[in-house]
Amino acid sequence: MNPGEIAVIVGPNGAGKSTAMKAVFGMLNVRRGSVRLDGEDITDLSPQARVARGMGFVPQTNNIFASMTVEENLEMGAFIRRDDIRATMEQVYTLFPILRDKRRQPAGELSGGQRQQVAVGRALMTRPKVLMLDEPTAGVSPIVMDELFDRIIEVSRTGIPILMVEQNARQALEIADKGYVLVQGRNAHTGTGKELLADPDVRRSFLGG
Amino acid sequence: MDLLNALVTLMNFVIIPATAYGAQLALGALGVTLIYGILRFSNFAHGDTMAFGTMIVILCTWGLQAAGVSLGPLPTALLALPLGIALTGLLVIGTDRVVYRFYRRQKAKPVIYVIASLGVMFIMNGIVRFIIGVDDQRFADGERFIISARTFREMTGLEEGLAFRTSQGLTIVIAIIAVMLLFWFLNRTRTGKSMRAFSDNEDLALLSGINPERVVMITWLIVAALATTAGVLYGLDKSFKPFTYFQLLLPIFASAIVGGLGNPVGAILGGFLIAFSEVGVTYAFRKVVEYLGPEGWSPEGLMQLLSTDYKFAVSFAILLIVLLFKPTGIMKGKSV
Repeated sequence: MNPGEIAVIVGPNGAGKSTAMKAVFGMLNVRRGSVRLDGEDITDLSPQARVARGMGFVPQTNNIFASMTVEENLEMGAFIRRDDIRATMEQVYTLFPILRDKRRQPAGELSGGQRQQVAVGRALMTRPKVLMLDEPTAGVSPIVMDELFDRIIEVSRTGIPILMVEQNARQALEIADKGYVLVQGRNAHTGTGKELLADPDVRRSFLGG
Repeated sequence: MDLLNALVTLMNFVIIPATAYGAQLALGALGVTLIYGILRFSNFAHGDTMAFGTMIVILCTWGLQAAGVSLGPLPTALLALPLGIALTGLLVIGTDRVVYRFYRRQKAKPVIYVIASLGVMFIMNGIVRFIIGVDDQRFADGERFIISARTFREMTGLEEGLAFRTSQGLTIVIAIIAVMLLFWFLNRTRTGKSMRAFSDNEDLALLSGINPERVVMITWLIVAALATTAGVLYGLDKSFKPFTYFQLLLPIFASAIVGGLGNPVGAILGGFLIAFSEVGVTYAFRKVVEYLGPEGWSPEGLMQLLSTDYKFAVSFAILLIVLLFKPTGIMKGKSV
């Protein structure tokens, strides 16, 4: 993946989207193939070691420290860093201005969309080389979903490549530079988001015509 | 009607002792709640950890006394406290290495930890009794009173005396300092925050690069400090007897659960709630009522709800009520 790119994995339920994500992040053992970060083979590293190497991961559920304030969530995101984190925190607040207003509030008290912003912000605190999002819009309302996608585009504009698994295939493919359509565990279609949206096969199989 | 004397009697027999006892329970319950929040099990060995720490402090105090060292008006035990904390820290970390770490690797269910801690409890229990014996030990020295009943009577000219013992004053002061230190640590330092993060969401803490073994070790050290301090304060205030410390487990667990397991603020509230209920329910209010009623009148009974022999029933009753109606406790901890 190149800097500033958004890659999206879509597919129907049970196609293996989340499995693919887990495999990339090292929560599952990969039987064949390899995972590379910056050309370096990291297939054998644990998830924690991958974070240290520059992978940012936002799990689908339980992705914030609910009892801790927004600011503490960000600090914990930067736990492995020993240098000054204020500049990074400032960047996160610039990306997600609402978090600055709520920085002293426990993250568990925020709305669904704001919590997802906390979760993404937390993952950004390590200044990752790639950001991985597991269904960032799961369980939020359509309006919030649109806003979240806008934020994700903004994050990618700062130069961080984003790999994302999404259920809302149409919207996700619209913002995707690269799209992967998984069907029954296999990569059935690859292309830019626009191409996939135009592909009659893809449309018929799960975009609903 | 004599309000002042009634108030002094109440202070002397209920409020001051219950506050000191509450502070001791709160320190104990903080240890239980920290273990529950971070290692995710109910540590039944906590009472005996307190007994072990207190035993070390007592032995060291005797040594210091024999060497002629004293702190003047303060009990010599304070000087021995750091050593007690250090050795108890070694004991609990050793126990963790030998026992609990094995179950952590197995990802054992909480109930297995609880039973393991029960075994640890019996072993610690045995060690303490083997070394210091089963009898009552007194180790308080220095000035006994901050205000004695007689000085108070002379000072105020009231009929009732009010005694404020050094151990009670010390308990309250040390408990406040310990709690402030603990909260400063948990809320302001990086390590403390990482402990809260680990307690809140273990998986995400691991993802953030927080080292679980380090968090666990620091937790045990803090628990050792809290348990030893609570044990020594209780021993100074009353006396040290291994069996009493084992029995303290019940009010301490009641405090932690009533306050909300895993919630430090709740543990403190719970400690005072249990202490005040226990003392309040078992105190004979006859004298207080006498002062409040008309001159020369006195109530027929003792005005005591329960005999002191039943004081554990109070903890149990409160525990049951809370578990039935508010299982997560006053401050919303984790459900049991």
